[in-house]
Amino acid sequence: MSNKLLKNQLVKQALPWSVPVAILVIWELLSLTGIISTRILPAPSSVIATAIKLTLSGELLRHIAISSGRAITGFIIGGSIGLIFGFLNGIYPLAETLFDTSIQMIRNIPHLALIPLVILWFGIGDEARLFLVSLGVFFPIYVNTFYGIRNIDRGLIEMGQVYGLSSRELLLEIIIPGALASILIGVRYALGIMWVTLIVAETIAADSGIGYMAMNAREFIQTDIIVLAIILYALLGKLADIFTRALEGRWMAWNPNYRGV
Amino acid sequence: MSPNKQGTHLRVWDLTKTFGSKTVLRSMNLEAAPGEFIAIVGRSGCGKSTLLRLVAGLETPTEGGVLLNFEPLHRLNNFVKVMFQDSRLLEWKRVLENVGLGLKGDWRSKATWALEQVGLQERASEWPGILSGGQRQRVALARALVSEPSLLLLDEPLGALDALTRIEMHRLIETLWQEQGFTALLVTHDVEEAVVLADRVVLIEAGQIVLDEPVNLPRPRDRANPQFVEIKERVINRVLRRPDHQDSSRVANLKR
Repeated sequence: MSNKLLKNQLVKQALPWSVPVAILVIWELLSLTGIISTRILPAPSSVIATAIKLTLSGELLRHIAISSGRAITGFIIGGSIGLIFGFLNGIYPLAETLFDTSIQMIRNIPHLALIPLVILWFGIGDEARLFLVSLGVFFPIYVNTFYGIRNIDRGLIEMGQVYGLSSRELLLEIIIPGALASILIGVRYALGIMWVTLIVAETIAADSGIGYMAMNAREFIQTDIIVLAIILYALLGKLADIFTRALEGRWMAWNPNYRGV
Repeated sequence: MSPNKQGTHLRVWDLTKTFGSKTVLRSMNLEAAPGEFIAIVGRSGCGKSTLLRLVAGLETPTEGGVLLNFEPLHRLNNFVKVMFQDSRLLEWKRVLENVGLGLKGDWRSKATWALEQVGLQERASEWPGILSGGQRQRVALARALVSEPSLLLLDEPLGALDALTRIEMHRLIETLWQEQGFTALLVTHDVEEAVVLADRVVLIEAGQIVLDEPVNLPRPRDRANPQFVEIKERVINRVLRRPDHQDSSRVANLKR
């Protein structure tokens, strides 16, 4: 009986992976038999072989480190500015009147449309990519912080005042925790935008990083490296997602909606 | 803790409050002796909640004022606490931390003491989100009482609870009030609740006090006692009585 249960558990766990595995097997077979040309799509086995080769030479890790460094730096710069303006405009109506209209106007420009201008300003150096990533990350964090604060129940703040909390305590004990769920949603969006922006920026103008690696491989028709780069972006994106989930698990434990995430 | 602490003497004099062109309270006068329990009843929109917010210092009077222990009230006071209709617990703080909110120094033992008073000491480390409505209000009551206020303002605190939980809460509030001796001002739309708890039931209509009914019955009060029923009926009938001109005009319409 328990054996059967265990078996059921295993099947349940394995089932979601059966489709990707089947696709990989079919893909490998089609490549081996030459139905798919390696110039169009390399066999999964050759992608793995390339990954191992580039890892051993240290080239892969170097590119990953450079790309991740850019992503994180840009995220921290843009995210901090977004957080600061979100709090400022969420708490002080005067700041909102002053800044919000301008921010909303800039928000409607797709930040990737600035690439030609950014290249003119900064060349193809790291500044250009950091600028674009920061800009892309700024808006989701700003908007979600702002609305997170605006949506805090006024009654809670009134209660805090009745119970003798200072402005600083109101901020730390009520406003920040109250806005946190919304801020984390902003972080999640921002992490997605962070990778997309970096991929585009590295593909268009760069001399290092995963995007550069992929564009360089295109020149030599090394489809295995291109596919590897795409897979790397997927993995790094998943890593960012795991990171936000860990934050949610830690900070949102009180919220039944997040329990068991 | 000090059960012999004195309640606050409360005096409301000539209190008028207008919001824009709407007058919510009209030169109202009310006095509460230290330790007295006053219930304010009235239809919704009669101004009873505004009166409580003014006494709490959450609103400023348009004219007149509020004296607490013969000193004019200007803003929030740390010896006045409010218990709201919605518990207003901080969901991201454990029950004990909610009770100890705003306390300085050794807040943990004080908060534990207050939780014991409302019988929830075993829930101290829970998140408020898993508590029932009645338990949440008990936590809110503990939070209000932890700083040993000398004036407790209750703004329809039991309005959202079921009938049985309300009866339990009435007993709890009465017991704690008797033990701690604070002055209490309860705003409610439930006349029975007012007669169960209060020394005086004050009826507000259109921003003015129209009835001030003493309830001289032994506590805890028996809801089936004929005198209890009589007082309750008297207040309810007064609440339901409509201004005369409205009645006559309706009769006139019918005759036509």
